[in-house]
Amino acid sequence: MNIIIALICISLFIAVGFLISFLWSLNDGQFDDTYSPSVRMLRDGTVKKKKTKKNERAE
Amino acid sequence: MVKSTLIKSLPCFHCGEPCESTSVFDGKSFCCQGCKTVYEILNENDLCEYYEIDGFSRMRFKEVAPEAYDYLDNADVSAKILQFESEHLSKVSFYIPAIHCASCIWLLESLDKFDDAIIKTEVSFGRKSVTIDYDPSKVKLSALAALLAKVGYAPIISLQENDILSDKSKNDRQLVYKLAVAGFCFGNIMLFSFPEYLGLDGHDSLLRSTFSFLNLLLAVPVVAYSASGYFNSALKSLRVKEVNIDIPIALGLLALFVRSTYEIIMSVGPGYFDSFSGLVFFLLIGRWFQSKTYESLAFDRDFKSYFPLAVNVYVDNTWKPTVIYQLRSGDVIRLRNMEIVPADSTLQEDEAFIDYSFVTGESRPVACHKDDLVYAGGRVIGKPVVLHVLRQTYQSHLTSLWNKAAFGKVHESHYKKLIDRAARKFTIVVIALAIVTGVVWQFHDPSRMWLVITSVLMVACPCALALAAPFTYGSILREFGKRGFYLKNSDVVERIANIDTVVFDKTGTITNGNEPSSNFIGALTAEDEACIKVMTGASLHPLSKIIERSIGRYVEVEMNSFMEIPGRGLIAEFNGRQYKVGSAAFVDAPHTAHLEQSRVFVSVDDDILGFYALNARVRPGVSQMIKALGQKCRALVSGDGDGDRDAMMNLFGSSVEMLFTQTPEDKMNYVETLQNEGKKVMMVGDGLNDSGALKQSDVGVAVCDDTGIFTPACDGIITGNQIGFLHDFMALAKSSNFILRSAFAISFSYNAVALSFAMAGHLTPLVAAILMPLSSVSVVVFSSFAVNLAARTHFSRIEFITK
Repeated sequence: MNIIIALICISLFIAVGFLISFLWSLNDGQFDDTYSPSVRMLRDGTVKKKKTKKNERAE
Repeated sequence: MVKSTLIKSLPCFHCGEPCESTSVFDGKSFCCQGCKTVYEILNENDLCEYYEIDGFSRMRFKEVAPEAYDYLDNADVSAKILQFESEHLSKVSFYIPAIHCASCIWLLESLDKFDDAIIKTEVSFGRKSVTIDYDPSKVKLSALAALLAKVGYAPIISLQENDILSDKSKNDRQLVYKLAVAGFCFGNIMLFSFPEYLGLDGHDSLLRSTFSFLNLLLAVPVVAYSASGYFNSALKSLRVKEVNIDIPIALGLLALFVRSTYEIIMSVGPGYFDSFSGLVFFLLIGRWFQSKTYESLAFDRDFKSYFPLAVNVYVDNTWKPTVIYQLRSGDVIRLRNMEIVPADSTLQEDEAFIDYSFVTGESRPVACHKDDLVYAGGRVIGKPVVLHVLRQTYQSHLTSLWNKAAFGKVHESHYKKLIDRAARKFTIVVIALAIVTGVVWQFHDPSRMWLVITSVLMVACPCALALAAPFTYGSILREFGKRGFYLKNSDVVERIANIDTVVFDKTGTITNGNEPSSNFIGALTAEDEACIKVMTGASLHPLSKIIERSIGRYVEVEMNSFMEIPGRGLIAEFNGRQYKVGSAAFVDAPHTAHLEQSRVFVSVDDDILGFYALNARVRPGVSQMIKALGQKCRALVSGDGDGDRDAMMNLFGSSVEMLFTQTPEDKMNYVETLQNEGKKVMMVGDGLNDSGALKQSDVGVAVCDDTGIFTPACDGIITGNQIGFLHDFMALAKSSNFILRSAFAISFSYNAVALSFAMAGHLTPLVAAILMPLSSVSVVVFSSFAVNLAARTHFSRIEFITK
């Protein structure tokens, strides 16, 4: 039966880890702006692609 | 190139306005030079994808002179604005109201493509701000701001704005921390309580005590951290000998915690920690729901936001940008067209035109002569002027209004909230019941007396009562916000519900100052119109802007010469013909005074063609709204002359008091007089000249056409075209009282059932664990649902504002 108590303590320990990581992410400002990251992730590559297209046309 | 081609109005490639194609570039038409420049810049930097991003929505380009940001290079100014400063890396945040779509984010975050000195940019969409990391050794701060302005994202800079940006969300975050801890502990305590619900056997005593002590351990952060706000608030209100809702809550929470701790330590029972942590969790959710704020709007601005950060001061034979709070009496300052006079000064020029619409609401510029006093808050029209500062900004005529009592007081102090009134009665009843049950049990079974008393206090914890108000008001706040009426906080809803008197400002509130109707009396050819459009386009005078916008058709013409004579008119030459646009005296027209409308005359080679009649346009729906308000609509107070009296009389009816030529102080005093009569006054206004009245009134509502521009300090901001629905908004706020009372009734019925269990001594942890969350949830569901239903009936005519 003692093993259950050990398991519970471990599980609680892990859960506290998640709580702390949530508080950390909150403090980090990850929830301040929920819209722009969705736009931002689609950004980078496309600009370069356009550039190469243009270069090709020029050649 | 003098071409005369008639082009049907095409949408401008950049802003989408039905433009008259002044210029074609790259096969695309543009309505103005500004839009074309933006496209050229984007094209040059391969950023035209801007126009193709999903969710791109067009906006009008606003011209800002690039040198308008020169003062940012002043060390005093930049020190206030920069968040971080070093030799090769600086960090700055700008507030940009134009941010509105995915393309905006995309473009602003591609800013590093324009200039190598820009290291990184990051947009915060909710706050409408952009944070830029840049290399100060390569690019100046003013150049950064000018670049933003050039691509259509002119930053708005004021000292106050920066404070607001930096500390607005801190409070909210605290609450979420507390909520996270409470939620975590609540979930785990429930888990550990589960075996208890199902029934543990006697021989599992080791497990039982382990679970109980784990629960106790988990409950400690809840009581010490998450619930601390309730204990503090209860203590505070006890100290001032007032009963608010937090006192019975703190009492109930304390009873729950002490009782549970006792049961676990003495191993007489499993405790009630599941109910305890659940209550705290629900209470905090209520607070969080209520705390909805509009991050990009500011409700607490004072005059500082209206004034520029710096002006050019004449020091040591040069003009140097100087921060305005360093202005001293005797300084000589120079202001350009459209800049605001930062302090009361005397004019050094022979003649100048000052637009006091900011201060008085009167839109016509006032002519001033040498040595005339020019008040702070006026806007220079036309040529640059040199002024001699008389008083510091803080002592100026206009700003002295802020030293008045109205700006120091806090509203909440003199008005009792509905919830606190209910809490007062509730607390008395609960304490009486606890004493009575205690006495009864003392005779019946003294050993259980304390248990029963704590049970009574525990279930009497008015959690559901405390949830009713946040969810009702919070839901209303959201419903308002979706329809273009933004409230400062949820307390304002209750104050709107009790309003019995409404006072209106005229210009900008009842009428739309920016878009008067203009029609030409006389006859013009298409070519004449085109010439007038080009001329007026070159002028910055407000009336010119209106005329320019009203001319739709376009024929390409070339202007050979142009001259603006401030306060009089414009002269330009097209194809050898001299066009004059301006006042009656300017074109030698027979002069007749027309107070109710502004007239702009047009002549070609001294041949008078006619005039533009410009009437301030009454906002849509206003007359219906005034009818619907009926007796509540009390007065119109305006800073303007009484030229509009008849028109306004028609609109408002004869029972409404009409006050014209009111100074800002007059308006404030008028509201105060009404309040002394016992009225609850709502002031609806727009300008800086209304700010005293807005602050003095019980609910101050600022009307604005573009939420990006400055509004005076107020309790709510309403978008201009929604003002016709003001009565609907007030009706919904009023129904909140009924919804709240119904929610109270539900909450009390639960409390009555729970109390009967407790007084009879049958309150087991299981009963508490079911009853308490159930009452909370049902109240939450009821109030949100009822508000939604009420909003649907009251707001059937109002459309959502998509933002």
